[in-house]
Parts: sequence; structure tokens; C-alpha cells
Amino acid sequence: MNRVKLLSLQVLVMIVFLAIWHVVTTTSLFGDIKTTQFFFSTPADVLARTWKQLTGADIYYHLGITLTETVLAFVIGSAAGIFFGFAFARNELLAAVFDPYIKAANALPRVVLAPIFALWFGLGIWSKVALGFTLVFFIVFFNVYQGVREVSPTVLANARMLGMNERQLFRHVYWPSALTWMFSSLHTSVGFALVGAVVGEYLGSSAGLGYKIHEAESVFDVTGVFSGMLILAIFVILIDSIVTLVENRLLVWRPGQSSTTTT
Amino acid sequence: MESKVSPPGDRGAAEEQPAVRLAGIDITFHLKGGSRYQAVKGIDLAVAPGEFVSVVGPTGCGKSTLLNAAAGLLTPSAGKVSIFGQPLSGLNRRAGYLFQQDALMPWKTALDNVKVALEPMGVSDAEADKRARDWLGRVGLRAFVERYPHMLSGGQRKRVALAQMLIRDPEILLMDEPFGPLDAQTRQIMGNLLLDLWSRDRKALIFVTHDLEEAIALSDRVVVMTAGPAAGIVADYKVPLARPRDIAEIRLEKAFHEIHRDIWASLRVEVQKAYAMGEGRELVEGAAS
Repeated sequence: MNRVKLLSLQVLVMIVFLAIWHVVTTTSLFGDIKTTQFFFSTPADVLARTWKQLTGADIYYHLGITLTETVLAFVIGSAAGIFFGFAFARNELLAAVFDPYIKAANALPRVVLAPIFALWFGLGIWSKVALGFTLVFFIVFFNVYQGVREVSPTVLANARMLGMNERQLFRHVYWPSALTWMFSSLHTSVGFALVGAVVGEYLGSSAGLGYKIHEAESVFDVTGVFSGMLILAIFVILIDSIVTLVENRLLVWRPGQSSTTTT
Repeated sequence: MESKVSPPGDRGAAEEQPAVRLAGIDITFHLKGGSRYQAVKGIDLAVAPGEFVSVVGPTGCGKSTLLNAAAGLLTPSAGKVSIFGQPLSGLNRRAGYLFQQDALMPWKTALDNVKVALEPMGVSDAEADKRARDWLGRVGLRAFVERYPHMLSGGQRKRVALAQMLIRDPEILLMDEPFGPLDAQTRQIMGNLLLDLWSRDRKALIFVTHDLEEAIALSDRVVVMTAGPAAGIVADYKVPLARPRDIAEIRLEKAFHEIHRDIWASLRVEVQKAYAMGEGRELVEGAAS
């Protein structure tokens, strides 16, 4: 299928969706217009509100807060995940002893921690960073652990035959291998950092996108909720495409990644 | 071979020592579940400096295991490995190893893969860069230095691996079916390239293969191993062919056919044994001729 056809089909899906929404909420076919608009708002209202928000200054303050929390959760979570991933992968005993606890901690639904974090770190950004951290940490940890354990034995034997010492093996073999695994989960871990931030804000804060949506919900402002969700979606797509760019740059050596040079 | 080994304590005769000497090597693997598998038993093999020795045998006979023992990648359960008369402990620092599987670091370009081989030797970056480019040129990859391994063909990856091994100038070269995964034409080209590079400064070379024709065309000596388990050496042939050789053409010579017939006579028995045991999933190539 060519690009133009695909794109037009994708646009078609959006138009049909908006059209149905429009018909349902602006005609009396499905009941009282006031009632349906109270529950579902209308596409025109949502788009107008979104436009108004995006052209105003206020939303960027909240986006800035959410972005800060996301980035901090991702950076701190990744750093800790890499450190412990390496430590556990290189130390059998440590991995064996902590295995059940790691599994138990990872099995815990992180949302239940949000109130505890709010209690410990206050209602500012750090309770949200902590929530994002608990999500990002485990993804990165498991991937780095796997990456170090699953270094090709041949590549490792070859590197050792080339005379590399432990430090050189780390730099040229273990580290790049672990990073590969980490980058392959980059989309998931960045996504989870954002989930942590938004959920944290939603459950208790005074700023951020999650807060904006929660604020609209508490006054039954459905238009505000949908508009907040739309802005969140745009924000996520933007972040995701930045991640894709970074990924293509870093994993240029992988088959199927990026384009190969002329043959 | 025994007569070549100088008496203990005779330091002056270090040059006379075999580059690699395996004496009474047994290798037993402890498998999961407590069972054991004895791969090789009572192996005696000496390779002189400058000698090109091929090891042939049925699939699964422990040829690679033997090579790993010479490399120090695994420790024999019994017997002694000596390198230039010195008992080997740990990795064999004087040897280079060419693996059957892809052993290049996939996250490094061809150039970086070759350069990194010089890092443990403390060569400066600029110097390493220069030498790595030179070596990639020698193996015919001047135009491919910036390619990552996945952008190279199987034969090109082997060339990079060859450059990576040879740039360190090891005194002993160990090769484990290095051209096994390649197609027939590429194998011949690689064989000629190997002979060309090797003949410049003739290092001791142990070449493991299951291709008898390849073994004869390349080597000074062909060692035949028995079928595993507990494989040993059944025969040791000198190859009376003059150098320099061209791998494609040497196969047409009468002397080649004679030595091939002789070696195949002893190898065939082992291959059939391996088949009977269900081990010989892969025919020894060159058997039909």
C-alpha cells in the first residue's frame, strides 16, 4: 500500500469518527441534545477549547511541569536500572537472593504507591517522579540484566582472545549489549515515565496535565476533560517521535534499523 | 614429533619447541543432570612454528573442543597443553582465534572492530586507526571500513575477523571451521587470501575443518580424528604439495588426488562410525570425489 492511500484512509477514519460524534451530540436523534452534550461534549467544542488552550500560555506551564517530571523519572529510573541491572547480572548470588523480592516489588500495582509517595515527598513534582521511577526502574533493570546475561558467548570469547581485560570487556562488550536492550525498550520506559507523572498529578497535585484533567472532571467540564486528553495525546506522540529519532541515531548498527548505505 | 621436543631444562633450545603441544589431553564435559560426556581422550599433537596443520574428522568429534583447549578457553580434565614449551594456564595470550560463528562486535564498524584489537596492547588511537585501515585494505575491504557487520556479506565479515585477528600479530593462529558458513566460491577466495597472508610470515596454524579437500589444499599436515565420544587421533599425514599453492588449481593435480585417497580411506571409517552412532548428521564434504 502506498503512502498517500494509507494516509487518506487514516484521515478517513478520523473524519468518520468525528462525524458520528458530531451527529450524536448535535441532533436529537439519540435523545435530548443538552443531555448528550453534557456527557459527550461536541467535537467542535473540544477542538475549539484545545485550540484556545494551545494558543494560550497557561497550558505550557502545566506541560512544562509534566515534561520535567517525565524526564526526571526517566533519567533517575534508567540510571538506577542500569546500575542494578549490571550489578545483578555480574553477581549470581546477589541475583539469586533478591530474585523473589524483585519479582514481588514488580508485581505490585504502582498506583497504590501514589498516596504513600504524596505523603513522603509532598504534593510537588517529586512524588510524581517517584511514581514514574518505580515504573521505569523495573523495565530498564530487567532489560539491562538480560542484555548483560545474553551477550553472545562467541563475541565474548573473541573479545577475551583479543586480550581484553575486565574493564575493556565492560566497555566494548557488556555495556553496548546492555544499552541495546535498554534502547529497545525506550518507547515503553519513556511512556511509563509519562504515565507515572500524569497518574501522580491526577491523584494529587497543583500543576501538570493530570491536574488539568482532574480539575475539569471535578466540575463536570467534559469539554475540558476531552481537550486535556487530546493535548496529552499530542504531547505523547511528540515525545514518542523524539524517542524514535534518538533510537534510530543510536541503533544505526542494527539490521533493519535506519537505512543501509549503498550496496 | 617426539624427537623434536628438547629435554627439560634446555632453555637454549626454546626455538625448537613446538608452538603448540598437546600431551595426553582428555576433555570431559559435565552435563546437566550429573551425566558426563567425554569429548576427546588421550590426544597427543605437536605443531611446529610455521607449520599449517589441519584437523579433520566427523561432525561432533571434538575438533573444536581440542582447539579451545589450545586457546585456553577450556581446561582439559587431564593432560598438558604447552605453548612454546611453557605450560598453558588461563587464556593463550600468544594465540589468535578465528571463530566459526560471527564473533565481531555488531555495534562497531569494521574499522572499530579491527582497531579495538589493538587496545589491549596499548597502541595509541591514531596509530591503531592507521594500522586497522591498512589491514582492512590487505583483506580487500578498503571501501567498507565504515560498514557495520550486518551491512557486510558473510565473506566480508570473515575478512574483518581475519584482519582483527592478524593485526595483533599472534604467534599461533587457531581457526575453527572459519569458512564453514560460506558458499563454495567464497571459500576458495578466502582460502587463497588466508594462504597469501599466512605465507608472508608463516605462523603456526591449526585449522579445524570438516572439508577434507580444503584441509589438503591449505595445509602442510592433515590430522584425522576418530568419531566421538572419547575421540582420538587416528592418522597424521604430511601433504607433499609445493607452495605457493592456488586452492582451485591444486585440486586438479595428481598428487592431490593421491593424498586425498589415502586420507579419505582412514577418514571414511570414522565418518561411517559416526553415522552408525547417529552423530554424523552432516556428511564430510569432499567425500564423493
